[in-house]
Amino acid sequence: MTADQARTLIAERFSSAQVDGTAPIVISVPVDAWVPFAHFVRIDLGCRFFSFLTAVDWKEQGLEVVYKADNLDDNVSLLVKTRLGPSVTECPSLTSEYAGANWMERECYDMFGIRFDGHPDLRRILLGNDWVGHPLLKSYAVDTPHPPYR
Amino acid sequence: MSVTAAPRVELDYTGSERLTMNMGPQHPSAHGVFRAILTLEGETVVGVDAVIGYLHRCHEKLAETLTYAQYPSIASKTDYVAAMTSEFAYVRAAEIIGKIDVPKRAQYLRVITSELQRVASHLLWLGTWCLDMGGALGGGATIFLYCIRERELILDLFESLVGARLLYGFYQVGGVRYDIPTGWAAKCLETVDLIDQRINEYERMLEENPFFLVRTQGVGVISRELAQEVGIGGPLLRGSGVAYDIRRGEPYSSYEDFDFRVPVETSGDCLARYRVRMAEFRESLKIVRQVLDGLPEGPISSRPGLKSVAQTRIPKGEAYARVEGARGEVGCYLIADGSAKPYRMKWRGASFSNLAVLPHIIPGHKVADVVAIMGSVDPVFGEVDR
Repeated sequence: MTADQARTLIAERFSSAQVDGTAPIVISVPVDAWVPFAHFVRIDLGCRFFSFLTAVDWKEQGLEVVYKADNLDDNVSLLVKTRLGPSVTECPSLTSEYAGANWMERECYDMFGIRFDGHPDLRRILLGNDWVGHPLLKSYAVDTPHPPYR
Repeated sequence: MSVTAAPRVELDYTGSERLTMNMGPQHPSAHGVFRAILTLEGETVVGVDAVIGYLHRCHEKLAETLTYAQYPSIASKTDYVAAMTSEFAYVRAAEIIGKIDVPKRAQYLRVITSELQRVASHLLWLGTWCLDMGGALGGGATIFLYCIRERELILDLFESLVGARLLYGFYQVGGVRYDIPTGWAAKCLETVDLIDQRINEYERMLEENPFFLVRTQGVGVISRELAQEVGIGGPLLRGSGVAYDIRRGEPYSSYEDFDFRVPVETSGDCLARYRVRMAEFRESLKIVRQVLDGLPEGPISSRPGLKSVAQTRIPKGEAYARVEGARGEVGCYLIADGSAKPYRMKWRGASFSNLAVLPHIIPGHKVADVVAIMGSVDPVFGEVDR
């Protein structure tokens, strides 16, 4: 499958998705299509390689979750995004589709406070359990002290 | 006086008693700070809870506070065993967004340093891994000391090129910082020839050792499907039968100019990962020779001598750049907002994804195998925790 064929297939099956670029193909999907789209990506587009998952804090526009999956045989890369909306911190989990999402979503929860519904073991991964706040949020200033010091 | 026998205590032992054992965070085989909470039934591990984050410095937040000119030398502190690689991923991401050209000579210098770095990193892996498996390999620290001796030669090359031995700051957006000094190429060729010859020696020492084979064959098998689903990379992925190398699949920095093979093994065990890395040594040395043969003349940077912060600005945009590091896909997802600092930067640490496979493969093995499996994954905790 080429990148163009993948783009056509995405447009056919998910009319709500916005598709852009070829390497990687950047796709924005609504949050309710997050898991079905991941299933389609893995099975129909053959993107079985889970590269990474992260989030971006767009301040008042809310959080955006991003993941990348590749089809290594045909060299097709997808960067899939969804906007959660202002002050929404819930997102469906991809752990049912990709085993690699487990640690990545834990990191994302740790850094952004996003709660992944359906994650089997959602707890902090890099920071200690007693840490207050989520450092990669733009509201978590890097130059203000966060007592107690540890 | 009568002696009464002590009442006999009946142990209700069924043989399936579970024991929780803590391994780390200061365990010598972890090569860093890693804690594994193992659940044991006898000697057999039935569950693993991997605890990471001891070396977390929040590089991603730090990158938002540093300019595109400042961060590359900090980037090397993520994977400090292969410091060149992470710098490379970061500057590539910035170059893609800014559509910045890199002169051919700089591209070749990037290739030669990346490949030497891969050899140095694999040498450290081989030495420490064999040290972990210990006396069974005939003489404990022998291989370790041999490997460190050879790695030292490469660090000497880096020292004469950059002035630093561990963390380089060699890459910058638009090119590289230094050109090779006089006599460096000849010295490099000499080192490459020597290492090439020594690798044969290691192979003879290890592969004719039955203990080595017992410790590695069929141990820690990662299936092709699991490898992809978890997203492991580099020698682990290729050891599991996936013939994927970013240098081949998505060539960058003139890798298409060089002739090299992508070694693949299908058994997915520790021995397969060992074999892939041993073959990679030779392929990397082959690439180094080709670079030295065809090193073009010309400038080493398209943006030399940046003087002000304003000059380091990158236009608005986003990019995901990845390079094939010693441990797999090192990726940098960069979002620029038009200022001199990134809006958001995400590291895809190869070791983080590689380590995530451990809870899937360790259960069912003996405690002693945990050490062999950990070593074959070759995690660097600076990159896991970032």
